[in-house]
Amino acid sequence: MKSNVKKKTRLIDQGGFRLWLLSFPFLILIFLFSYLPLYGWVYALFDYKPGRALTDCKFLGLGNFTRMFADKYALEDIVRVMKNTLGMSLIGIATSGLPMMFAVFLAEIKSKPYRKAVQTLTTIPNFISWVLVYSVAYAMFSVNDGFVNRLLMNLGILDEGINFLASGEHVWLNMWLWGTWKGLGWSAIMYIAALTGIDQEQYEAAAVDGAGRMQKIWHITIPGLLPTYFVLLLLSIANLVNNGMEQYFVFQNAMNKEYIEVLDLYVYNQGMVGINYSYSTAVSILKSIVSVTLLFVANMSSKLTRGESIF
Amino acid sequence: MKAIGKKRTAQDLVFNIVNYTVYGLFTIVCVLPFYYLFINTISANDLVSRGQILLVPKGIHFNNYAEILKMRGLGQAALVSVGRTVLGTAGTLLGTSFLGYALSKQEYWHRKIWYRYVVITMYFNAGIIPWFINMKNLGLTNSFWAYVIPAIVSPFSLILYKTYVENIPSSLEESAAMDGAGYLIRFTRIIIPLSKPILATTAIFAAVGQWNSFTDTLFLMTDSTKFTLQYLLYEYMNEANSLADSLMKMSESGVRVDMSSILTATSVKMTVSMVVVLPILCVYPFFQRFFVNGIMIGSVKG
Repeated sequence: MKSNVKKKTRLIDQGGFRLWLLSFPFLILIFLFSYLPLYGWVYALFDYKPGRALTDCKFLGLGNFTRMFADKYALEDIVRVMKNTLGMSLIGIATSGLPMMFAVFLAEIKSKPYRKAVQTLTTIPNFISWVLVYSVAYAMFSVNDGFVNRLLMNLGILDEGINFLASGEHVWLNMWLWGTWKGLGWSAIMYIAALTGIDQEQYEAAAVDGAGRMQKIWHITIPGLLPTYFVLLLLSIANLVNNGMEQYFVFQNAMNKEYIEVLDLYVYNQGMVGINYSYSTAVSILKSIVSVTLLFVANMSSKLTRGESIF
Repeated sequence: MKAIGKKRTAQDLVFNIVNYTVYGLFTIVCVLPFYYLFINTISANDLVSRGQILLVPKGIHFNNYAEILKMRGLGQAALVSVGRTVLGTAGTLLGTSFLGYALSKQEYWHRKIWYRYVVITMYFNAGIIPWFINMKNLGLTNSFWAYVIPAIVSPFSLILYKTYVENIPSSLEESAAMDGAGYLIRFTRIIIPLSKPILATTAIFAAVGQWNSFTDTLFLMTDSTKFTLQYLLYEYMNEANSLADSLMKMSESGVRVDMSSILTATSVKMTVSMVVVLPILCVYPFFQRFFVNGIMIGSVKG
């Protein structure tokens, strides 16, 4: 007891340290699942074959990295995959104003039940998985059972169904359309929330000055939403190379593979399907570097222009 | 003046008609596929395969839903999906709330460092292959726990939770501390009851995420007893032949010859899709405000 009083600063007696001990198991979990995998980056330096010890594999140094640019076929692949990645990301960025417009014009609907119904029903697709989106695509567009083909055939417009899903044409546009179908209503919610923050007196003052509906939208609503838009735009620029793979994976087939393979899907196809563990790891390391750089650039430009960081 | 007023109302009318129509159409586009899937699963299967079901269900029956349960692996997959949703969500709630609470305390040992240690993991990941090898080394391939344990700490939910807890008046906890209550008692008796709204939001997002998760099964599981409904649906969508095979076996062993209720590859795909989406459709309208809360809180920086 006496020693306790004397050494009051003993680590174990500090509340903060005991709290740290209590939460220690969770910190370990973070280490195991987020930090420990980084060790796997060494595989990029070897010609790793699954099942062998790393020490028995050939050391390549930066060979896997240079291969992307030195090997003709690998380079062709990388160029194609980068085209798909940037192409689809840029379509997304070019149309990033859509959720804002959705929110703005939705607010112009005066009937509250109608507005609520639209808002509720259009957000549902956001909460289904990509596998299910694919199943929906199948239900709507497959040759024999698809709604669209059945409708067109029943109306006598078509004699035979069109195979929309296996087409290699307009892949980027189709992927964008599915992404929009799934995400538009949900993305608009952020703006719907921001709309409530706009000072109502501005509208009243504008009405007194004789401003019409479109003028109010253009001069009050849109400027009020731009800060939100700007943050989201910067985030989408930061995610330029992070398309994710799930959507493209479920929609990919032999016909559209050339145009649908984005960087994340390429890494998966090379590594998990093609068992090129080392090469795939090298590609994903480069991707991480680009992605972190973009994040910093986006954050810097946010700091410079708005005086605030985005994360 | 009057002429201008009239012109405006005419313009307004056109604007309103166009506006209501565009939103109406987009809403239909969002809902119609689910309706179409549903009526095809409850209509007579022979009519479905002849392409006669478009907007109205015909020959209504619910056999498909009873029949798919007899398919190999489906009951097991449903069990795995429900199991991971329940346990995974419970894990996320436990991990993010306790660690979030701990990190909200100023006296936490080297708080700044540890908070950064958690948050920074949102901005990098090792890549699929290193992650896969790591999971393999941890013995989590072909293990149900791969769905649950990695989900326990979610940095994003943790930030939300921590921010919420920081706004709870500290006087409430202080009086309990005076009475000699330790951290665990204060956390369970005071903080948890006071943070129910954010816990509900976290739970609903975690549950939807668990239910919808697909790629983790794809990466980690080869043992079919660990497959989820999402993964099985993906397999059914892509392996029409093997699906037809297993259906053939089912109909051979059966004695029924009623064509309208025999499973076809299409009816299986559509029925499994409905089984996968129904929980979401049923839950969503009731929990919509939690979802919306989530995005609002999420837009406030942590």
